[in-house]
Amino acid sequence: MTLEPPISRVATDRPETAKPILDVLSLRKYFPIRNAWGRRKGWLKAVDDVSFRVAKGEILGVVGESGCGKSTLGKTIMGIHQPSDGDTIFEGRSTANYDPGQARKLRRHLQYAYQDPGASLDPRWKIRRSLHEPMIIHQPELDRDQRAERVSEMMRAVNLPETHLDLYPHEISGGQQRRVGLARVLTLNPSLIILDEPTSGLDLSVQATILTLFMDLKRKFDLTYLFISHDLSIVRMICDRVAVMYLGKVVEIGDTEIIFSNPKHPYTRSLLSAVPTVGGRRVTDDFQLEGEPPNPGNMPSGCRFRTRCTMAQADCAKAEPPLRADWPGQSAACFLAE
Amino acid sequence: METIRFILRKFFEDKVALVGLVIITALVLVAIFAGVLATHPGDVSTFHPADRLQGPSLAHFFGTDRMGSDIFSRILFGARITITIAVISVGLSVLIGVPIGLLAGYYNGWFSDLLMRVSDIFLAVPQIVLAIAIAQTLGPAIENVILALSLTYWPFWTRLVYAETRACKNETFVEASVALGASPFRVIVLHILPNISSGIIVRTTLGMGSTILTAAVLGFLGLGPPAPSPEWGRTIAESRQYLPNAWWYATFPGLAIFMVVMGFNLLGDGLRDILDPRIRRSKSNDR
Amino acid sequence: MTGDTLLRVSDLKVSFQTEAGSAKVLDGVNLTIGRGEILGLVGESGCGKSTLARSVLGILPKNAARITDGTILFDGENLLERNEAYLARVLRGRRISFVPQDPFSSFSPVFSIGDQFMELMKWKSPEITDAQAAARTILSSRYGRARRRRDAERVMEMLSAVQLPQPEAILRKYPHEVSGGQRQRLMIAMALLTEPELIIADEPTTALDVTIQAQILKLLKALAAERNVAVLFTTHDLGTAWEICDRIMVMYAGQDVEVAGSADFFARPNHPYTDRLLASLPGAEGGLQGIPGNIPGFVSPPGGCRFHPRCDLASDACRTTRPGVTALGSGHAVRCHHPLGTQFLKEAVT
Ligand SMILES: Nc1ncnc2c1ncn2[C@@H]1O[C@H](COP(=O)(O)OP(=O)(O)OP(=O)(O)O)[C@@H](O)[C@H]1O
Ligand SMILES: Nc1ncnc2c1ncn2[C@@H]1O[C@H](COP(=O)(O)OP(=O)(O)OP(=O)(O)O)[C@@H](O)[C@H]1O
Ligand code: SF4
Ligand SMILES: [Mg+2]
Ligand SMILES: [Mg+2]
Repeated sequence: MTLEPPISRVATDRPETAKPILDVLSLRKYFPIRNAWGRRKGWLKAVDDVSFRVAKGEILGVVGESGCGKSTLGKTIMGIHQPSDGDTIFEGRSTANYDPGQARKLRRHLQYAYQDPGASLDPRWKIRRSLHEPMIIHQPELDRDQRAERVSEMMRAVNLPETHLDLYPHEISGGQQRRVGLARVLTLNPSLIILDEPTSGLDLSVQATILTLFMDLKRKFDLTYLFISHDLSIVRMICDRVAVMYLGKVVEIGDTEIIFSNPKHPYTRSLLSAVPTVGGRRVTDDFQLEGEPPNPGNMPSGCRFRTRCTMAQADCAKAEPPLRADWPGQSAACFLAE
Repeated sequence: METIRFILRKFFEDKVALVGLVIITALVLVAIFAGVLATHPGDVSTFHPADRLQGPSLAHFFGTDRMGSDIFSRILFGARITITIAVISVGLSVLIGVPIGLLAGYYNGWFSDLLMRVSDIFLAVPQIVLAIAIAQTLGPAIENVILALSLTYWPFWTRLVYAETRACKNETFVEASVALGASPFRVIVLHILPNISSGIIVRTTLGMGSTILTAAVLGFLGLGPPAPSPEWGRTIAESRQYLPNAWWYATFPGLAIFMVVMGFNLLGDGLRDILDPRIRRSKSNDR
Repeated sequence: MTGDTLLRVSDLKVSFQTEAGSAKVLDGVNLTIGRGEILGLVGESGCGKSTLARSVLGILPKNAARITDGTILFDGENLLERNEAYLARVLRGRRISFVPQDPFSSFSPVFSIGDQFMELMKWKSPEITDAQAAARTILSSRYGRARRRRDAERVMEMLSAVQLPQPEAILRKYPHEVSGGQRQRLMIAMALLTEPELIIADEPTTALDVTIQAQILKLLKALAAERNVAVLFTTHDLGTAWEICDRIMVMYAGQDVEVAGSADFFARPNHPYTDRLLASLPGAEGGLQGIPGNIPGFVSPPGGCRFHPRCDLASDACRTTRPGVTALGSGHAVRCHHPLGTQFLKEAVT
């Protein structure tokens, strides 16, 4: 059970020219900030003008600081949150003008695996019932036995014993809840899955099983993944491209290997330097990124990273750096990157 | 099965709830077997003027009333009326109130607001006044009491269910089933309702107590089932002119009302603890 | 670095009642932590790490779990003999605090985060003495304005220590309105606020990016070094364990199988499972490798060493008797009939 990294990660046909399955166009999601009396006193720009394109069969990694808007981005693409502005085109059609019934059907092809696996399962439902639910909703043609068979198959695929089907969510371990959550969204074989930290809370061996499953499904059904993760070594191993977010914006995006070997944005650099590695120097001893993360409700002028950036110049405060596609297979939003 | 056994065990740990459970079980049994238990089963409709207003004795445990009927037997039969009124009117209130609360809580918009304003209007008027007004208009009959009570009590369930639905809607598992593509019906009936059911059960138990009290007041005011019904409130009303000499006449029906209302309240409070999802689900919430 | 023993768990056995029978989840677990020590706890998902943490805290589900054997000595007293009220008032959240694995379910969805912080401080503020906490009644629940102000200050300080900008705005939100990593940091803040002697952190940094994780780890390290706080740190990320742990303990299917100082652990794994675990580190040899086979069921677990069905070295002894402790010097101990010994010495770790 060895998971090989994709052979040629620096794809020869640029994903931009390959057939897109998802187009995110200047997407924004703002949450109101309220004062002590519940009056709105500003906007928290959780996702602020994010655009990218995902090609069919591609794995796009999304990494970034905790609270920078990765989950909000995923949920807005899913339609769980209404976008404040912008649009997403999924399989050639804007998701904004679906009526509720169509939107429900769309969910069969577009799925979101929650970051909090325990909380995303109904506490009063046994695991078995939760796993039957997606098929009851989307595949009414299946009878009980067919569904049960599929459920067993998924349980085996995520390495869980079938006896766990009769337990309640609070009776299984955190990593097992995570796997149940994944099994639940994978049963439908959707064409695009947004995986929100799918491997956190899993040990290395189970991680290998799950990642192998992802790759198998991708091979068999040509699935596309949006892979949100904090585990940079896994992102590097399985993602074709990666987007780095900082405070609601994509600050760098491009082919994984290029970004990991030659990051252009200073935030990407400090992120990569903070990965703890066994046997390496201890990150906690000499950590680079200083300063508090700024308040997302009251963003610094110009470049959002400038308050913590070691390279910041006077110009950085004046205007927001655009995402420049100045390098082959890589774009970064920094004035000084070259 | 497991759950039932667990709930039973909890009852035996919680003495107060157990007392409530015993009282209510006794009430139900009495109502069902009134015909067997009553010493003078005929006394609901027959009179013995010769025996009127006798004190408690072995022949008449609770004495006799102004018609010479056995008060003990009449109280037993009164339990039937009380249970019928309470069960049907609370049942109707639940049937009206819970769906409205669920819908108003799940959806946002003017219709939800409208539903909630209507229930607010009902809540703004004191329950008893509203019930009296309705019963007065419709005339004294058991059906009218039930109608009056249902119409006045449903907003309590609406309020409760509305608030709980609002909170439950924010839970991730509800959002997750919407994201999975579940229809609103599915989400409301299969996910939200079961998760807020313990609150509804507790509210319903407590509601039984207050409905019985209100029904007794209506009976007392002569708006309940007409004579010679053995309804408890009516019995107390009849006894007024014979006080204080015929003390037993008012005391025993009064005690009956008191016991039953208290029984439901103890049971409701006990259920609140027993059904508390955090205790049931044994989550590690204590910190 | 490590002082006298603060927590000693010996031979702990815990089982859960399930429909399929009794699941023997913990099977004689031993563990010690000294004051000021950070002990890493690693092991396959579902092997009983959280169950062990809950047993120490006394928050196992009462209707399903049974502790069938063992002792838990905290600062010399056996917690299994203490009553629930004492644990809840004096110990839990005050002397021992907990960062649960699933921060979502530990917050109430109906109160704002700020309310939940103030409720915590009302009962568990470090200003309350043990005697006051033990004698807590409804009457003594007065929460004076001066104390409330000092506690509010503490909360603000702690929130910025765990890298949460704009504490006021966060405190006004409800739990579902903050990101997963923010919730996790809030949970860490709650655990640290009460100035405990022992922190049980169950995968506390899973939802954090590496930069914030580094700051949190730094904070824990500093607490251990400066305030002599002991930390039981459960994690699946061996890199994180390498960062902060003084010692690391490995569990497999409800049994403790190996414990070693951090450097020794990575350099000289002696248990076949540990060895496999380290070999599956990503990037080690090209890809991510799993360990063949599954974690066994707990209703009828394999006898002897529970790892034997997946172990290449398993012999008859492994199938019948649980191996005893083999001490390998300098605090390194392994429970295996055929420890790998030094011939498998890993390339030296600097
Ligand atoms: N209430 C319960 N009833 C039955 N089985 C339970 C209960 N709680 C836990 N278990 C079982 O006990 C085992 C250990 O669970 P535990 O949560 O301790 O694992 P863990 O080591 O923390 O795993 P993870 O790393 O995935 O969080 C699991 O297999 C789980 O299914
Ligand atoms: N429903 C909401 N209401 C208000 N603010 C919200 C809401 N959901 C998220 N936020 C805020 O939006 C920002 C982005 O949150 P999001 O959950 O997208 O972060 P994230 O990148 O997924 O972080 P993490 O890695 O910690 O999960 C955070 O500052 C969060 O507090
Ligand atoms: S005791 Fe035996 S089965 Fe267990 S790990 Fe050692 S060699 Fe393998
Ligand atoms: Mg998130
Ligand atoms: Mg766990």
